[in-house]
Amino acid sequence: MSFIQGVAASEGIAIAKAFRLEHNKLIIEKRHITNIDNEIEKFQKAIMFAADELEQIRDHSRAEAGEDHAAIFDAHLLVLTDPELIGPVKDKITTEKLNAEYAIKEITNQYIVSLSNSENEYMRERAADIRDVASRIQSHLLGIQVVNPSMIAEDVIIITQNLTPSDAAMLNPKVIKGVVTNVGGRTSHSAFIAKSMNIPAVVGTKTAFEDIENGDFVILDGHKGLVHINPTPELIDEYEANRLKAEEEIAQLAWLTNEKTISNDGQDYTVVGNIGNVEEANDVIRNGGEGIGLFRTEFLFMGRKQLPSEQEQFEAYKAVLQALNGKPVVVRTLDIGGDKELPYLKLSKEMNPFLGFRGIRFCLGEQSILRKQLRALIRASAFGKLKIMFPMVAVIEEFRQGKAMFEEEKNKLIEEGVKVGDIGLGMMVEIPSTALMIESFAKEVDFFSIGTNDLIQYTLAADRLNEQVSYLYQPYHPAILRLIQKVINAAHKEGKEVAICGDMAGNEVAIPLLVGMGLDEFSVHSSSIIKTRAHIRQLSKKEIEKMLDDLLSLPNAVEIGDALEKFSYKRNI
Amino acid sequence: MLEKNFTVISDTGIHARPATQLVQTAGRFSSDIQMEYKGRKVNLKSIMGVMALAVGKGGEIKIIIEGNDEQAAMEELQDMLQREGLAE
Repeated sequence: MSFIQGVAASEGIAIAKAFRLEHNKLIIEKRHITNIDNEIEKFQKAIMFAADELEQIRDHSRAEAGEDHAAIFDAHLLVLTDPELIGPVKDKITTEKLNAEYAIKEITNQYIVSLSNSENEYMRERAADIRDVASRIQSHLLGIQVVNPSMIAEDVIIITQNLTPSDAAMLNPKVIKGVVTNVGGRTSHSAFIAKSMNIPAVVGTKTAFEDIENGDFVILDGHKGLVHINPTPELIDEYEANRLKAEEEIAQLAWLTNEKTISNDGQDYTVVGNIGNVEEANDVIRNGGEGIGLFRTEFLFMGRKQLPSEQEQFEAYKAVLQALNGKPVVVRTLDIGGDKELPYLKLSKEMNPFLGFRGIRFCLGEQSILRKQLRALIRASAFGKLKIMFPMVAVIEEFRQGKAMFEEEKNKLIEEGVKVGDIGLGMMVEIPSTALMIESFAKEVDFFSIGTNDLIQYTLAADRLNEQVSYLYQPYHPAILRLIQKVINAAHKEGKEVAICGDMAGNEVAIPLLVGMGLDEFSVHSSSIIKTRAHIRQLSKKEIEKMLDDLLSLPNAVEIGDALEKFSYKRNI
Repeated sequence: MLEKNFTVISDTGIHARPATQLVQTAGRFSSDIQMEYKGRKVNLKSIMGVMALAVGKGGEIKIIIEGNDEQAAMEELQDMLQREGLAE
């Protein structure tokens, strides 16, 4: 046995077999073949294998995701029998003596190019379909296995170089017990995905993908960031016992599910949940969440081949609002860019994606996408208590433009006779310029939500995906805490509420500080709601308020962290 | 030889699912079946060809069939287009 140390990215313990998720790059070379019959036979076999696979995927997709999602694989299957593919490829093999994989490339490219040039976006996506099928056949010709994470059927821990959002959309949380990656930090997208799916994860191990073989037995410790490979039976027993103990602790707090979040000295707070879909909304309710503090709409747009329609979005928003039954739901408009890509939009690669075309910048540039989303949201507003917020606002004009667009779409819908609810319009505070200018924003918004993960990355100028600068990812740095305090004070002066929807809201060490500062709303993963509430109920705001000035005048994060930990320690005695 | 003109009325045009249905239907007949759109003719039994035409809403298409089961093929295709609200 051995172990690897990585970064603890999503809490929890997982014990299961390893499954290596590997993406192979296809390199298609032009070769001249000598045995024509042999090449044609290889081609026919590859088509057969691809068809078997696609049938399985279609059936799996039909069972898991429904007929609509499965339909596209019928089109894929038809490509495999397309007379305009089979005939010409065989021709090229016979007359030009070309290798099959190259012949496939030449034939399919004609269609891919003409579809890619289409003005109709939907047709452009068909190019990706043909490319998918072509590479599936080519993979078989080259003897490379095509991995499809949705086909994993037994309990496994995924071991991968890097977990991409599109992989994640294909993962089945019922069987994926944990995720281990080579790259990424606590705040990388892999970590977010794992957290949002409530799957334990260790990221940034650097070597797990090389050290762990398929089928190795693995213990993943998402608290300490450890990955044990082929552990001893004693160690397995120890971890099993710990896991049971943790479950018991949570069970003991269950009585708090329907209690209010009031501090020891009678101050009101709210604990709400972060979600990406309606299933997670139900988890939030089950765990006693007082609403939704962050509905990440990106997941509606990911793991698919085209933009979701207004109707599809409307259904998704309506389902969440109905599930919450009158409790507030804060929806963040599409926050794409940075480390979150939508392959089908074919955006150009950027040198500095985190400083680039993302969040509201992207949405103001691609207005039709934002307008469609706003329309779907406004239509859904009649079904619950909806609040909308814009991500990545850097200057006030961006908020104003977004608001103007919102008002236009709302008025249009009202004219169309659509019933519209009372909708709060707010924004995320993630950029230092916004935090510094917060007084001006506070006059125009209905509420703020601080995204601490990005605020830390931008304030300390440290890419949160770059392990070499991860030491600068310092939640308790006085610069961050002062910005948070400034936002809360300015908002309260205008009678507006402030939430935190980043990791900090559920962080045991940070919670006392945020209670002292008067943060209104803590938005955390559903599994942390009760713990966070239990914690707040033990704290006295007045007591912490007295320490705030001293704490915030400390020179660095280490000293603040020490002081806070001492405080938590005292509390626990 | 049989020819018939249709106007595509579905909002999303002949996208993946209707293309699939058209090709599956055409594939059941032995006649040569072609679809013409904006002067380009493709084999209606080829999914890649049909998708590459990228026929949008309002598109004027012509279906051309030649072979011993051309009558039945045209009826079936017309029926399918109308039943699915694709074209008229």
